[in-house]
Amino acid sequence: MNRRSTIPFGPQHPVLPEPIQLHLVMENEKIIQALPAVGYIHRGLEKIAEKKDYIQDVYLAERICGICSFMHSQNYCQGIEELMKVTVPDRAKYLRVIWAETHRIHSHLLILGLLADAFGFENLFMRLWKVREQILDIMEKTTGNRVILGVCAIGGVKRDITPELADYVLRQLESVEKQLPELCDSLLKDYSVRQRLIGVGVLPKDKAHELGAVGPVARASGLRMDLRERGYAAYGDLDFKMVTEEAGDCYARTTVRVKELYTSLELVRKAIQRMPQGPIAVPVKGTPPADEVLARIEQPRGELNFYIRGNGTRNLERFRVRTPTFANLPALLHQLTGCELADVPVIAICIDPCISCTER
Amino acid sequence: MLDNVSVITLDQIAAEVWLLKQDGYRFVTMTCCDEGEVHDVLYHFDKNYALKHLRVKVRKGESLPSISGIYFAALLVENEMKDLLGVSVSGMVIDFQGHFMLAEGAPKAPLNKSIPGIGIQVQEKTPAAAEGTVKS
Amino acid sequence: MVNLTNSIFRKLFSRPETLRYPFVKRELPEGTRGRIDIEIDKCTFCGACEKRCPANSLKVTREPKSWTINPYSCIICGYCIEVCPKKCIIAHKEHYSPNT
Ligand code: SF4
Ligand code: SF4
Repeated sequence: MNRRSTIPFGPQHPVLPEPIQLHLVMENEKIIQALPAVGYIHRGLEKIAEKKDYIQDVYLAERICGICSFMHSQNYCQGIEELMKVTVPDRAKYLRVIWAETHRIHSHLLILGLLADAFGFENLFMRLWKVREQILDIMEKTTGNRVILGVCAIGGVKRDITPELADYVLRQLESVEKQLPELCDSLLKDYSVRQRLIGVGVLPKDKAHELGAVGPVARASGLRMDLRERGYAAYGDLDFKMVTEEAGDCYARTTVRVKELYTSLELVRKAIQRMPQGPIAVPVKGTPPADEVLARIEQPRGELNFYIRGNGTRNLERFRVRTPTFANLPALLHQLTGCELADVPVIAICIDPCISCTER
Repeated sequence: MLDNVSVITLDQIAAEVWLLKQDGYRFVTMTCCDEGEVHDVLYHFDKNYALKHLRVKVRKGESLPSISGIYFAALLVENEMKDLLGVSVSGMVIDFQGHFMLAEGAPKAPLNKSIPGIGIQVQEKTPAAAEGTVKS
Repeated sequence: MVNLTNSIFRKLFSRPETLRYPFVKRELPEGTRGRIDIEIDKCTFCGACEKRCPANSLKVTREPKSWTINPYSCIICGYCIEVCPKKCIIAHKEHYSPNT
């Protein structure tokens, strides 16, 4: 006998760091349809952006997300720089890469920890977050804050990394790298973890492309898509190598994130070693012209899009944010259809949902 | 400074988008700007990091045909446009009836410039709250 | 689990990672952006900081001479520090404490 019922998953749920509701239409234990209900934390940020001037919007953009804050301000600044035809000094580009990649490391460690927490692996969760704390220390020492760095500005960056600080960063990275293999092994090789992740929430390659999946979700399905390959900021000089997996399940997504930890560590190290001397910012005069630009960078969760349109005044005409989780939601709905209720938390956490960016 | 923009009309949307899909483009997102008389709707597509855009002008009151039948991913952003800008989109696969982003009782279409008084008001400069003022 | 056994034993006999907070305070690094304060003698009450503050949390008046900050809406972005022509706004290392 098939009985249909609807289960509201969320908005408050132990595995969800942020409120989103998934309406799950169930047939026995199987999900036959999933619908998202968002809007719990809609902040009207795009409207505020029109009321503030374009420099204040840097701080606003930075506060779109509390995890990958630097990348939002970086993308915003890159967009405005493209609009106003400002050339950023090389050193600033390298510094941006350093902070962006430390953000990626901390974001990936955070989500791997939450994943461990989602299937009840508390110990691993705390160990991963302990390592993450060292990354946060790097950010605090170099910029003055732990998460909302506030160092990106239009035309460059605001603080420099002195040689002593660079040494400190390298030491911290080394210590992080030493601790990672043990933790990542227990995440990827553990029997029960594999049982929970392998074959769960499969997203085939063609489906991933069609649904517009981005970031680790797309890369785990075998799509070669990482905007860092385009070489924005200083990525062009850092021999960046993309990580992809083929399987498209939760395990592949976790593997991609784990491997990206190592790529990011390598990128920060290279950026510090190859960083040229020189100024860290150029003064910016004038206002954004009446033109439009679509700025894109690769964020820990995938491709981040800012559509910026100026109108010749200090205010912007339109500022639209498309965050990676927004693009990954259709893929999430697809993965949920046909899976068991018990797998929902793991699948949901594996797309690395960041709801407050999604709703802005 | 968007390269590769083709301006099309309302009835060409489905055909153009279908062609792009056959061509292997990935749907990135849609952007809608309020330009007073018209809504300026941009479709963004990507193929191997190269962007392609379609631009449609939708007069206020006209309804925009949905492309969520072609790209399912467009569904969320179309619902969002409907909520935040008051564009009426017809034929969406899932229609949240204007309650995708906004709750019941929230201001309607806050980003629409022609609905006066319902947009979000930015807080006026207030004197610092009585408590917690620091110096004088 | 086997992988973690070693490290669990190591951790059992090592010092805790956390600090006993109210008694042991965490050392804040140089350059932390914390509480925003003003050196009121240097201030010319020009209002530059008020105009730029993204959170509208500053209030400057010339007559009577006053400079007030609403610490509840300040987002500690540091923009006011940058724009002040007299460089009289400073960010202390420590943060606002909940009982002031
Ligand atoms: S900008 Fe500086 S000098 Fe001017 S009012 Fe503010 S604190 Fe005083
Ligand atoms: S730190 Fe930022 S929010 Fe706080 S008073 Fe200064 S400008 Fe305003």
